[in-house]
Amino acid sequence: MIQYYFDWSVIWRNADRFAYALGLGLSLAVISLFIGSVIGIACAMARVYGARWLSWPVWLYVEFIRNTPLLLLVFFVYFGLPELDISYLDKTQSFILTLSLYAGAYMTEVFRAGLASIPKSYTEAAKAIGLRPWQRQRYVVLPVMFRITLPAFSNNLISLFKDTSLAAAIAIPELTFVARQINANTFRVMESWLAASALYLVTCYVIASALRRLERRYAAIR
Amino acid sequence: MDLQPGTFAFEAWTARYALWRGLWATITTSSFSIVFATLAGLIFGVALTYGWWPLRLLVRLYVDFMRGMPVLVLILFTYYGLALFQVNVAPYWAGVFALAGFATAHVAENLRGAVQSVPAGQMEAAKAIGLSFPKRLWYVIVPQAIRRMLPPWVNTCLEIVKGTTLLSVIGVVELLLATQQVIARNYMVIDFYLLACGIYLVVNFCIAQIGAALERRFSYIRY
Amino acid sequence: MGEEVLLRARGVRKSFGNVEVLKGIDLDVRQGQVVSLIGASGSGKTTFLRCVNLLEEHDGGEILLDGDPIGYRMEGGKRRRLSEAKVSAQRARIGMVFQQFNLFPHLTAEGNIMLGLTKVLGKGAAEARDIAGHWLERVGLAERRGYYPYQLSGGQQQRVAIARAVAMQPRLLLFDEVTSALDPELVAEVLGVMQKLAESGMTMLLVSHEMLFVRDVSDRVVFLDGGQVAQAGPPKEVFGNPESERLRSFLGRMHGIFGQIA
Repeated sequence: MIQYYFDWSVIWRNADRFAYALGLGLSLAVISLFIGSVIGIACAMARVYGARWLSWPVWLYVEFIRNTPLLLLVFFVYFGLPELDISYLDKTQSFILTLSLYAGAYMTEVFRAGLASIPKSYTEAAKAIGLRPWQRQRYVVLPVMFRITLPAFSNNLISLFKDTSLAAAIAIPELTFVARQINANTFRVMESWLAASALYLVTCYVIASALRRLERRYAAIR
Repeated sequence: MDLQPGTFAFEAWTARYALWRGLWATITTSSFSIVFATLAGLIFGVALTYGWWPLRLLVRLYVDFMRGMPVLVLILFTYYGLALFQVNVAPYWAGVFALAGFATAHVAENLRGAVQSVPAGQMEAAKAIGLSFPKRLWYVIVPQAIRRMLPPWVNTCLEIVKGTTLLSVIGVVELLLATQQVIARNYMVIDFYLLACGIYLVVNFCIAQIGAALERRFSYIRY
Repeated sequence: MGEEVLLRARGVRKSFGNVEVLKGIDLDVRQGQVVSLIGASGSGKTTFLRCVNLLEEHDGGEILLDGDPIGYRMEGGKRRRLSEAKVSAQRARIGMVFQQFNLFPHLTAEGNIMLGLTKVLGKGAAEARDIAGHWLERVGLAERRGYYPYQLSGGQQQRVAIARAVAMQPRLLLFDEVTSALDPELVAEVLGVMQKLAESGMTMLLVSHEMLFVRDVSDRVVFLDGGQVAQAGPPKEVFGNPESERLRSFLGRMHGIFGQIA
């Protein structure tokens, strides 16, 4: 075992890069969660209310994404799209596309479970006061479902944020990439990885507690 | 079949050994990680549930640390960190170590949840017939907890299999890196990535089937 | 009565936080006796039973089984907690049947009975199976030995639970409101088994709301009120001549539900 002397100055010198990397990772996660939720709602509706020809492609999409490793998807989209003559996406956009499709599959399951757990009595009551089908969705089913699925939202945001680390594999300068670069350039192994770890942990913790507050505010419906 | 160079069938046949070696690495790293994580996770889980409070706190810190970190960072940290202390481990084992360490946290948390969901009356009835603590755990609590643990445990196994792709980043030639190496020779990007997707699908399907069989095996435990 | 005292409780106290549930209970159970604890809910009956079997630790006073203090030993005038192994050994001498049956759902009726026999008493599987079969027959469930708890009715589950407790050949058997969770039509079969056990000379301490059963089967009835023994004596005396207003009103309420007791 060798002695290791910590030298944190490396981290302070690169504080701006870490800050940028953290912001980038968070943005990637939030954007992907947003697009993924839109995909998820549409797909969940298609699965629950849609005809067969609509619901089985959704099933296929969800199962394909959930059983494929994310890194493989990242490479598939990044290297594969240009092969199909779609070359106007830069690497960041390509990663957002991948992560959104990925999030979409998971959110589909979240919303599907959410829809399934809404008591029939709500829709029946909505029918009884004469709401039309889309009004029932808009004013009764969806608001209830959002409150039910809120905890899953925060879990998904946290895991998506952790998943942004895979962007390092296609050289997007988020936290993991920066840590690895500083590690390689300065050989300050412990400092760079501990700094990245701390940033990941703290961010996950902050997201979790912030969203738990939000949950408590909207937890009126059980 | 048209086995000319440049066709997918030909290139796939040419690359069969490379891909098989990659798949084999995926299977073995996954298996080692699953076995280590399950064993360590059971011990950690018992410590997390019944441990003396300082031990419980320690394990809790470990579990929360592992669950708050991206697996890729764990793998890179382990790999570079071990090298720093001149522990000469192959990337293969550094990767297995990191994956197992990560999954251990999940198994431990899963066990805690499963054990705590066994009704308190079971522990009391086991006490009432005079069973000692280890026997109460082993003969009464564990068999019931296993049933509840199975679905999330199968999930963890699937996560591990998918997580082995991250070992490609530290140079372990598992299925993903093997696929990329093949693609680097023949430039058939779409075909071979799809092939890899298909293989992962099959592996995961097998695990899901084993999981379902295990669940059937324990389905007689009902309340 | 000349029989030796099997269970002796003196000044047993127990608090949960600020709430004192047992305020000094004195109670003797002699060899072969059936003693029933009655009282309103919250009077401490169940807590006392749980203290006897060490599912709760009493804070003060002493509980002696065959003259040995339960849960601790005296050392230089101080109470020392017993080791986990010793506590387990003491529990094995006392059987307990619960309100919620608490059968092990992963074991068959037979397996439930065999577990303690093999893992606590160290009997071989064949012998344990014979004993289990014997007791299942005694509770009228010989043909259900291979059934899992979920395949049995509540009354059948409770009879298996009783068989599980007696098969350990305990010195004392505790019954904690064992018919309260049962559908009314299943109560009789369980009480029948208990009655037979009582007639066979088993020493029993029970908490029950089945006043007619308590009257018929008990040698002594103990009325607990507010964590203290308010009246104790033979059933005729307690039911026929209630001393306190509290007991009279308690019996009056029971009377309304269960018909004439005394």
